[in-house]
Amino acid sequence: MFTIFKKELFAYLNSLVAYITIGVFLLVLSLLLWVFPETSVLDYGYASLESLFYLTPYLFMFLIPGITMRSFAEEKKEGTFELLVTRPLTDWQIVFGKYLAALALVLFALLPTLVYYISVYQLGTTLGNIDTGAVIGSYIGLFLLGANFAAIGIFSSALTKNQVIAFAIAIFLCFFVFSGFDSLSQLLSLQKFDGVLINLGINEHYQSISRGVLDTRDLVYFISVIVLFLSITKTVLGGRKW
Amino acid sequence: MSIVVTSLTKVYGQQKAVNGISFEAKPGRILGFLGPNGAGKSTTMKMLTSYIPQTSGKASVCGFDISEETLQVRKNIGYLPESNPLYLEMYVKEFLAFIAETHQLRNISERVAEVIKLTGLGKEQHKKIGQLSKGYKQRVGLAQAIIHNPSVLILDEPTSGLDPNQLIEVRALIRELGKTKTVILSTHIMQEVEAVCDDIVMINKGEIVANDSLKNLLASHQQTALEPIFVKLTNIA
Repeated sequence: MFTIFKKELFAYLNSLVAYITIGVFLLVLSLLLWVFPETSVLDYGYASLESLFYLTPYLFMFLIPGITMRSFAEEKKEGTFELLVTRPLTDWQIVFGKYLAALALVLFALLPTLVYYISVYQLGTTLGNIDTGAVIGSYIGLFLLGANFAAIGIFSSALTKNQVIAFAIAIFLCFFVFSGFDSLSQLLSLQKFDGVLINLGINEHYQSISRGVLDTRDLVYFISVIVLFLSITKTVLGGRKW
Repeated sequence: MSIVVTSLTKVYGQQKAVNGISFEAKPGRILGFLGPNGAGKSTTMKMLTSYIPQTSGKASVCGFDISEETLQVRKNIGYLPESNPLYLEMYVKEFLAFIAETHQLRNISERVAEVIKLTGLGKEQHKKIGQLSKGYKQRVGLAQAIIHNPSVLILDEPTSGLDPNQLIEVRALIRELGKTKTVILSTHIMQEVEAVCDDIVMINKGEIVANDSLKNLLASHQQTALEPIFVKLTNIA
């Protein structure tokens, strides 16, 4: 598993794709947070990173599929998939290795945003006037959300040879899992199940962790979604054997 | 017996790609796996390497069943797929080290240096695979197949795209490897078979049409070259 992880991570870091996608992500986020007045922390006037945690899930919806789209799709297209799966490795090792490499990249994208925390910390009227607990909770939530999106992205990539299709499917699934269930629950005919539906979506659990309360139910939810998508990925890869 | 194939069959939808073939390959001999395009050569090789499963029938590699003990099978096989897929953005050494790691070898850098020398990649070893010419890519493919010193080598058209000098070198290398290992190689070049192989298995439309040693095959058809035999056996409408 570590072998695949290392190979995948180097493949990301040796190609421009990773730097450009992460760079664009950070650029857009910085513009939204500090320059564009509607979402700017400075205009808002409160020492809070709320806009960061509100905006990032939507940016992740594009960033993470962009990172993960190549992972299996490219191997299938280039034929190296045959080389990879005839190694003495289990399918799980391959799936996990690729997943962890994508996750590492999500972490790389997230780390530089700590600068925003430091900035807001310094800018507070009384130094450090910021709810650090909520920020830590939100970061954990954001990381778990990224971990879910990465699992969805890896799954989408395993479905097809075409990276663009993998990208599109991943964006749709991420969006749907994130806020689709919330929206569905507002349908009049589904009102009876609105509690269940809302709980199926990532947003509800993300909000809950963002409040700074690390509830095991939310943790279990995030881990289940990851396990679910990685298991389907493994099944899809085994599909050549049907 | 390192490879035993018994009535192996692969069906794609309606089409029988491989239809109940049986043969054996012995250590220390090179088996030439011949047949026209679409005869089922690559499909058979893919089944033997546990890449795709058979529809029915059985086969074992070094005593390990190809559908039950796939991990053991893959450990014991060196496989060069038909299109020779490689990670083009990797460096030669980096790629070989990665393959060595997947086999959990020790002394990886020594072994990488060894196969680089063996396959004559010395001058090109610091390049990216994508920058290599086709012949050198083919050598990288061969190097990854032999890096873990497998007892069985399955080579799908190992000499396609090589120039005459490289052909001679690669054939010599395969002959050398064939002294101790079981080698199955597919090719369309009959001179190559005559130069390299000890045994012949010829298939046409998924069925075996010849399975004998090269000498016996030539003698029984009273020929000195393989080409007329190939045409005669596989050109049946």
